[in-house]
Amino acid sequence: MQVTVNGKTEEIPAGISVAEYLDRREVGRDSLVVELNGTVLTRPEWPARILNTGDRLEVVRFVQGG
Amino acid sequence: MDDLLAIGGQKIASRLFLGTGKFSANRFIPLTVEASGAQVVTVALRRVDFDHAEEDVASFVPPTCILMPNTSGARNAGEAVRLARIARAAGCGNWVKIEVIDDQKYLLPDNYETLKATEVLAAEGFVVLPYFSPDLTVARRLEKAGAAAVMPLGSPIGSNRGLRTEELLRILIAEIKVPVIVDAGIGRPSEAAYAMEMGAAAVLVNTAIATAQDPPAMARAFGQAVAAGRTAYLAGLPETSDLARASSPLTGFLYE
Repeated sequence: MQVTVNGKTEEIPAGISVAEYLDRREVGRDSLVVELNGTVLTRPEWPARILNTGDRLEVVRFVQGG
Repeated sequence: MDDLLAIGGQKIASRLFLGTGKFSANRFIPLTVEASGAQVVTVALRRVDFDHAEEDVASFVPPTCILMPNTSGARNAGEAVRLARIARAAGCGNWVKIEVIDDQKYLLPDNYETLKATEVLAAEGFVVLPYFSPDLTVARRLEKAGAAAVMPLGSPIGSNRGLRTEELLRILIAEIKVPVIVDAGIGRPSEAAYAMEMGAAAVLVNTAIATAQDPPAMARAFGQAVAAGRTAYLAGLPETSDLARASSPLTGFLYE
């Protein structure tokens, strides 16, 4: 199943949640914000929201900036 | 006498806002924030790079500070609004510095798109501080749109060229009721002091501090300069004169 994460197309197993996706990528969840198809997902939504084919996921965090 | 800056329901003692860009390592940020005395600190938002371990810069900002995410990277109002909403979802408050730039040479802001983003985000309850090219009409419209403060540039971002827009800044300071915060271009503490003497409500400094040989020491110098300039403004600067005006009595000379 294909999804687009941070602008790159990826093949992922069907049926995994946003939270599971982040765990698979081994990225610390504490400071992340996730947007799915243009809408921000709240943290409690991550385990429940199952990714679908064609979903566009943005995973962002704070960096240095002025 | 308490001289606090009121923005977005907060009362802020330090009139130096600090940007976190360009630090050689995040570990210098807490020391520098502390030395500056800044209570408002900016950060940016970017995509996570899954292939490289990254630190969360917000965790290096003392929790007592107000975190002000910027919308850098936005090329239009829509992108700025999207970034602001994502930033708020991170749970670090509702302040946002609107930054909309579609000019990569001078990094000058797009005032029109900045105004549109300000209208949308202020209506959504954000504390909106738009960064813009100083222009009285735009500043009045930003104020009317609900900007909590306006942040005109002194000179292009990171240029360290100081207050090249001085005459326009003076007009904004005289005419705009919300705080006028000089953002971008301030390269040395004397320029920050000068902006404060002019009546700026605050200044936002990043490059000049972060790229100094000793950022915490430079941050301390900026903090002192901003406080001195503010005190001088409140004290009331005297008029200037083309001719000399004697400081000592002009009578009772010994040769008379």
